[in-house]
Amino acid sequence: MTVPLSLPVLIPLVAAAVSLVAWRHLWLQRLLGVFGAAGLLAASILLLGIVRRDGIQTVQMGGWPAPFGITLVADHFSAIMLLVTGVIGLVVAVYSLVDIDVPRQSFAYFPLLQILLMGVSAAFLTGDLFNLYVWFEVMLISSFVLLALGSERAQLEGALKYVTLNLVSSFLFLTGVGVLYGAVGTLNMADIAQRLESLHPGLVTTLAMLFLIAFGIKAALFPLFFWLPASYHTPPAAVSAVFAGLLTKVGVYALIRVFTLLFVHDVGFTHTLILVVSGLTMVTGVLGAIAQNEFRRILSFHIVSQIGYMILGLGLFTPLGLAGSVFYIVHHILVKTNLFLVSGVAHILRGTYDLDELGGLYGRAPWLALGFAIPALSLAGMPPLSGFIAKLALVRAGFETDEFTIVAVAIAVSLLTLYSMAKIWNAVFWKEPPPHPHPIAGEHPIKPLKRYEVVLLATPVAFLAALTLSLGLLAGPAFSVAQAAADELLDPARYIETVLGDRG
Amino acid sequence: MDLVLPFVVGSLIAAGMYMMMRRSMIKLLIGLALLSHAANLLIFTAAGLVRGRAPLVAEQESVPRSPYADPLPQALILTAIVIGFGLLAFSIALVYRSYHVTETDDLDELTTTEK
Repeated sequence: MTVPLSLPVLIPLVAAAVSLVAWRHLWLQRLLGVFGAAGLLAASILLLGIVRRDGIQTVQMGGWPAPFGITLVADHFSAIMLLVTGVIGLVVAVYSLVDIDVPRQSFAYFPLLQILLMGVSAAFLTGDLFNLYVWFEVMLISSFVLLALGSERAQLEGALKYVTLNLVSSFLFLTGVGVLYGAVGTLNMADIAQRLESLHPGLVTTLAMLFLIAFGIKAALFPLFFWLPASYHTPPAAVSAVFAGLLTKVGVYALIRVFTLLFVHDVGFTHTLILVVSGLTMVTGVLGAIAQNEFRRILSFHIVSQIGYMILGLGLFTPLGLAGSVFYIVHHILVKTNLFLVSGVAHILRGTYDLDELGGLYGRAPWLALGFAIPALSLAGMPPLSGFIAKLALVRAGFETDEFTIVAVAIAVSLLTLYSMAKIWNAVFWKEPPPHPHPIAGEHPIKPLKRYEVVLLATPVAFLAALTLSLGLLAGPAFSVAQAAADELLDPARYIETVLGDRG
Repeated sequence: MDLVLPFVVGSLIAAGMYMMMRRSMIKLLIGLALLSHAANLLIFTAAGLVRGRAPLVAEQESVPRSPYADPLPQALILTAIVIGFGLLAFSIALVYRSYHVTETDDLDELTTTEK
């Protein structure tokens, strides 16, 4: 089992290393960027296939038996997350060929993207808490550089806020790991889960809160989300697309992992708190979006709002709720990345992200309008698209547990999401462009696109839109995979047994 | 030492947080550095302090005799120091670059992205 489990980490690592050696050969870096991401996608499809067939898979790195060595674990949830990572990596790598300018590309853009993908994939696979911290840092440091690459004023300001808050979050995470190690004397998550039972419940709750805050900053939960709308609209669209798709979701993944495997001793307190936070996150995110008038800032606030839905299922802590969360994460990653990609194309065509300055793109690029409409309607939860299925599952899970308030909040927030999407649609696609067609000179001059460039920009958008559509139309099979993931999450004994099984 | 170190960790965190809440970017950097030191020291303290007992396995035995100093927290700290060093180096470069571009050291003036 060693090979399929380590491939999602090794492929981006090798691609990044070779690209760095080929520093002067940009074409080779581009090639490796695209094929590395394609390799990651292939490896994750293979892994999901194996997990579907044989259940949870583990590898003890370096041959040290658990809990002493570092364990890589792939259950349904990890494998699903890896699959989406592969998809996003590939589409963004292709899109970057046109969207990222040559100076940025020649300053190691593609190797950095591969390292980011490696950090994300490894964070999904690791079964060791300190190792998770290390992969978080790998992911963070490459995201820092990607965010600041180009050194425009807005980028540096955004990066400063992003870096500071993420470092505080890492500090809290590390503190939590330190205290947890002091209390239980192990770092293997399966082993921790077993030993936490003998600990004083007050200490466990304290640790749970420490992890909730640390991962809450990374996942952009209320009231810790401020770094996100301050930074995500500053880098080039391809970078913000991959950030929007993957980075906060690693925080959500970590939250779901620790609050299903480790901190389940006092569900009445911890998970109710998560439920309350999820409601507040949804509402503040969507209200923040309404106040904005910049394409990517609206989308950034909607990320925050959507994180609320993903945590909602965790707060309900039922099989249907968690399956809804898993499905929602997948849906959200595809849709949100696509919306950011569309905003990037609008920027390339018009030279601005300002809704007042945009307009008339329906006539100029009808394919782009369709590429926006599908993910936007899906984000708002229109049937038959993927967002509808995800929200339906969460709402039903809410009814089953009699949490009517949160259901009402979730539905109201959907309506406001629709309002925001309609606002973008009107401003960018329908209304007449402002009388001075190309007023934005200076930083981002508009260059006419060549035919192959249009294809490279349109293919990722079309591909993601098709995935959103098929996730909605083939909801049955897709949701059954999410349910398998939820069943595993709610039965930590299976995870623990698979990881520590070799010991006996 | 068991009593002193928690207070040292607490003071480092308090000082770090205080520095981060100042408006100067340089103080922000100092705050970040203090926080990462506090975390390292906390791992060291929380894992339990054992004095003068290296985890060496005696001849003809398979495990070191307890009590012995746990080597794992030290390995963790070593990793965390390396990571912290890299992050701090990057942050310094970032602050330097943004000082050149924005021509200010005042965090409250970084508002062009918040319009």
